[in-house]
Amino acid sequence: MRAFSYTRAQSPAEAASAAAHTDNAKFIAGGTNLLDLMKLEIETPAHLIDVNGLALDRIEETPDGGLRIGALVRNTDLAANERVRRDYAVLSRALLAGASGQLRNKATTAGNLLQRTRCPYFYDTNLPCNKRKPGSGCAAIGGASRQHAVVGVSEACIATHPSDMAVAMRALDATVETVRPDGAARTIPIAELHRLPGDSPEIETTLQPGELITAVTLPKPVGGTQAYRKVRDRASYAFALVSVAAIVQPDGTGRVALGGVAHKPWRVEAAEAELPRGAKAVTARLFADAKPTQDNAFKLPLAERTLAAVLREARG
Amino acid sequence: MRFEHPATFNPIDQLKVVGHPTSRIEGPLKTTGTAPYAYERHDVVPNQAYGYIVGAAIGKGRINAIDLAAAKDAPGVLAIVTADNAGKLGKGERNAAPLLGGPEIAHYHQAVALVVAETFEQARAAAQLLRIDYSKADGKFDLAAGVDGAIAPKPSFGGPADTAVGTFASAFAAAPVQLDARYTTPDQGHAMMEPHASIAAWDGDKLTVWTSNQMIAWGAGDLAQTLGIPKDKVRLISPYIGGGFGGKLFLRADVLLAALGARAAKRPVKVALQRPLMFNNTTHRPATIQRIRIGADRDGTITAIGHESWSGNVKDGEAETAVSQTRLLYAGANRMTAMRLAALDLPEGNAMRAPGEASGMMALEIAIDELAEKLGMDPVALRIKNDTQVDPEHPERRFSQRQFVQCLNEGAARFGWSQRNPKPGQVRDGRWLVGMGVAAAFRNNLVTKSGARVRLDQQGVVTVETDMTDIGTGSYTIIAQTAAEMMGVPLEKVVVRLGDSDFPVSCGSGGQWGGNNSTAGVYAACVKLREAIAQKLGFNSDEAEFADGLVRAGNRSVPLAQAAGQDGLVAEDAIEYGDLAKTWQQSTFGAHFVEVGVDADTAEIRVRRMLAVCAAGRILNPKAARSQVIGAMTMGVGAALMEDLVVDKRHGLFINHDLASYEVPVHADIPHQDMVFLDETDPVSSPMKAKGVAELGICGVAAAVANAVHNATGIRVRDYPITLDKLIGQLPEVG
Repeated sequence: MRAFSYTRAQSPAEAASAAAHTDNAKFIAGGTNLLDLMKLEIETPAHLIDVNGLALDRIEETPDGGLRIGALVRNTDLAANERVRRDYAVLSRALLAGASGQLRNKATTAGNLLQRTRCPYFYDTNLPCNKRKPGSGCAAIGGASRQHAVVGVSEACIATHPSDMAVAMRALDATVETVRPDGAARTIPIAELHRLPGDSPEIETTLQPGELITAVTLPKPVGGTQAYRKVRDRASYAFALVSVAAIVQPDGTGRVALGGVAHKPWRVEAAEAELPRGAKAVTARLFADAKPTQDNAFKLPLAERTLAAVLREARG
Repeated sequence: MRFEHPATFNPIDQLKVVGHPTSRIEGPLKTTGTAPYAYERHDVVPNQAYGYIVGAAIGKGRINAIDLAAAKDAPGVLAIVTADNAGKLGKGERNAAPLLGGPEIAHYHQAVALVVAETFEQARAAAQLLRIDYSKADGKFDLAAGVDGAIAPKPSFGGPADTAVGTFASAFAAAPVQLDARYTTPDQGHAMMEPHASIAAWDGDKLTVWTSNQMIAWGAGDLAQTLGIPKDKVRLISPYIGGGFGGKLFLRADVLLAALGARAAKRPVKVALQRPLMFNNTTHRPATIQRIRIGADRDGTITAIGHESWSGNVKDGEAETAVSQTRLLYAGANRMTAMRLAALDLPEGNAMRAPGEASGMMALEIAIDELAEKLGMDPVALRIKNDTQVDPEHPERRFSQRQFVQCLNEGAARFGWSQRNPKPGQVRDGRWLVGMGVAAAFRNNLVTKSGARVRLDQQGVVTVETDMTDIGTGSYTIIAQTAAEMMGVPLEKVVVRLGDSDFPVSCGSGGQWGGNNSTAGVYAACVKLREAIAQKLGFNSDEAEFADGLVRAGNRSVPLAQAAGQDGLVAEDAIEYGDLAKTWQQSTFGAHFVEVGVDADTAEIRVRRMLAVCAAGRILNPKAARSQVIGAMTMGVGAALMEDLVVDKRHGLFINHDLASYEVPVHADIPHQDMVFLDETDPVSSPMKAKGVAELGICGVAAAVANAVHNATGIRVRDYPITLDKLIGQLPEVG
């Protein structure tokens, strides 16, 4: 871990401004991912801005009946929230499928969205990784890639986004609220928050330098049967091989987002039109441009079968 | 004490203390976080500095140059040790690859430097500032590719490379029912909770190391040999160990580099292996490729059995002895086994819980299940049919005890085996395809010299000292039980001190030999102490009875403590074995039963319940022994379903080198376990009449899981771990 300086932010705008005007600064909230990466010198911030003191830890109703979730709301609290459990069950289930109780107690809503990939080549600083060291190459391509992305990949990177929560947020059409260094607020649809790797896998989101997430807003409840199914080798405390967030309406329409298959939560709205025709038709659209490796080609049938199971259960 | 004839009645047979399910006497220390582990010994020596190990960044090659300048100038740095400045180093008898690499690099994450600083954080930060210029060389990292050039290893712990009885080839060819299948097991890591950790302090030419090591005498000897100093100048202290599983049997880099760092910094230095280094820096269970051929008559009688195994290792490393159980487990007139060793440049392979046996049983016990399927026979019945009471390669050697059939029958009855549908893929419980599997558990009992010292003081307290270790197994407790039984005192009057090279040399913890041998050593020392006490108190030692804190004979009774005198009474002895282990085959047996559910949609495999029935001699403490077996069963589930050190064959390393990516079972994977010990005493094993259980528990578990998966789905997976990707393409379509 490199030595770093540390300050506590007094307001979101001040935090964003400080981040933009300090060399190599990062925000820290729960720290469950960042500190691990700093110990390995995968992340080497020179300055940390602690945002934990900001009053961003509340869950409030929005005028249209949705929910505004403060950036600092801990995963445990969000999963246990009565409104979330009742009206956004897919989110509560996704949260509880992730990490461990101890980690969820610390991990924040915004931090969860911004966690970094678990690609083992990203974690080993002796090996090439375009995400960690742009231009060095991608060791996962041609290497151990069982956990990796099958769709939306590039020649530069086949890493996945590891979050469960984000997959549910994507299915719910959440909106990310931010404050920029100049103090201006903006909202970003969650579909536009995470990027595909392309030629610059080191740039993972559309946030600008210094831009701070202040809240995530959920639109008014959409009803339906909501499910989050996470498939993994062991029963708990493992990242998804494939996960399915689904909201299925009584008329057979619905929404589907997948985790564990791409550099971002994977949702293709056009594919959802196929829902009445079943999982095979939906996944055919979701994976139209899939480029799996030999190690992870199983994710395609696995996703299809998992979605089929989710749809079957949702429809009773 | 020489143990040359089967044991007759002795004080242990009273079973007033031994054989009871006593809770661990050191348990409160552990549950309150006050048992001092090596890295936490802030109290033992002042002014400790911190060392941080740098591992090699290449799988094979050499270091051209190391630029230390930036690291030396970093805050708090006291010293940097590399092969350039460490002085001449030898190599421990039990190490294959050198523990400090450079300029030659033998394997990935081989230690190449230790940075010593005032604080851990400073050492870690400075370690990142070393600039090491490597020349990468081509290495051999692919076992399958190495099979062709593999050679017969020299005879070792696991016996000769090849054995043969009768005429295997023709008998197999003539058999009406034949199985010929290939199995693979992956490299596995010990992944124990406590990393390797040491504090080293020099006092002149004397070195003391507080460490975490299973085998104190091996470690002290190999440390002295590596440093080129006399063994009596080295003291190793390791009273508490947070798991080992074989990963701490040997001298490892933390000990050596702490010693070198302390010499260079001229102050005590503490070193813990950082978790991401553990998988490639230390040893692991090597992968195997195995071929098993079995020929049988239609009634299930095995007429030919052949088992071949290929494994790889670094130069001077040994083969994984995966065929050794096949030499003994089933009858069959015509037999062959063969082991071959390929030269690889991966990290050093060495012992992990039931080395050889666990890997071999993973394959053999699927093969038996496959043969049963071909025969249309129940797999329990097939195993019973081919039971043998003698060593099949040396029929003059009988098993001292062999309750294998009883374990199978008892287990089948308790588990509800009769409810198993022999036709695979027939049982459904909601979304789960349900299946049952069985496998033999089988591990030999090893006897080896073990010493102890016993002291009686004026308060009647009996103190036992031995360099035996407790790696979470219950050694403290069973040793205390043994001494209490022998001296006729309550458990509270016994103090046990372990894991110090100043104490008599014991068997140590390994090979499931610790329980029986270490307590037999304590028994021997106690016999001597009883004689000394009897003599001092004027009793005939043959007639004296030790009970309730008294020595009694006839009408006379004297408090034990009276014999101690001002200086106490001390006796030291060791158990040493004659030829009983040659004339008899000593083994432990069991049967594993497993029920799994396989998700019909996703192919996720979840164990639903497990049962082990074991026969392993006298069970010295049923509670501790049960913990050993259910822990081993858990580890067996890991081997079956998830544990896999994934080799990157281009870069030459195990790429999943942390606990997030090297998965071992979590609580949710182990819903229900049961285990039963059959009554058994084995007078051939030692005066304790006990045998080992810790490795028996893992042998066969993975195959029982594999067989249950087959019963659930009809899919036979022969390559471990059994992960859903190996099933998903063969499961029926879902709607």
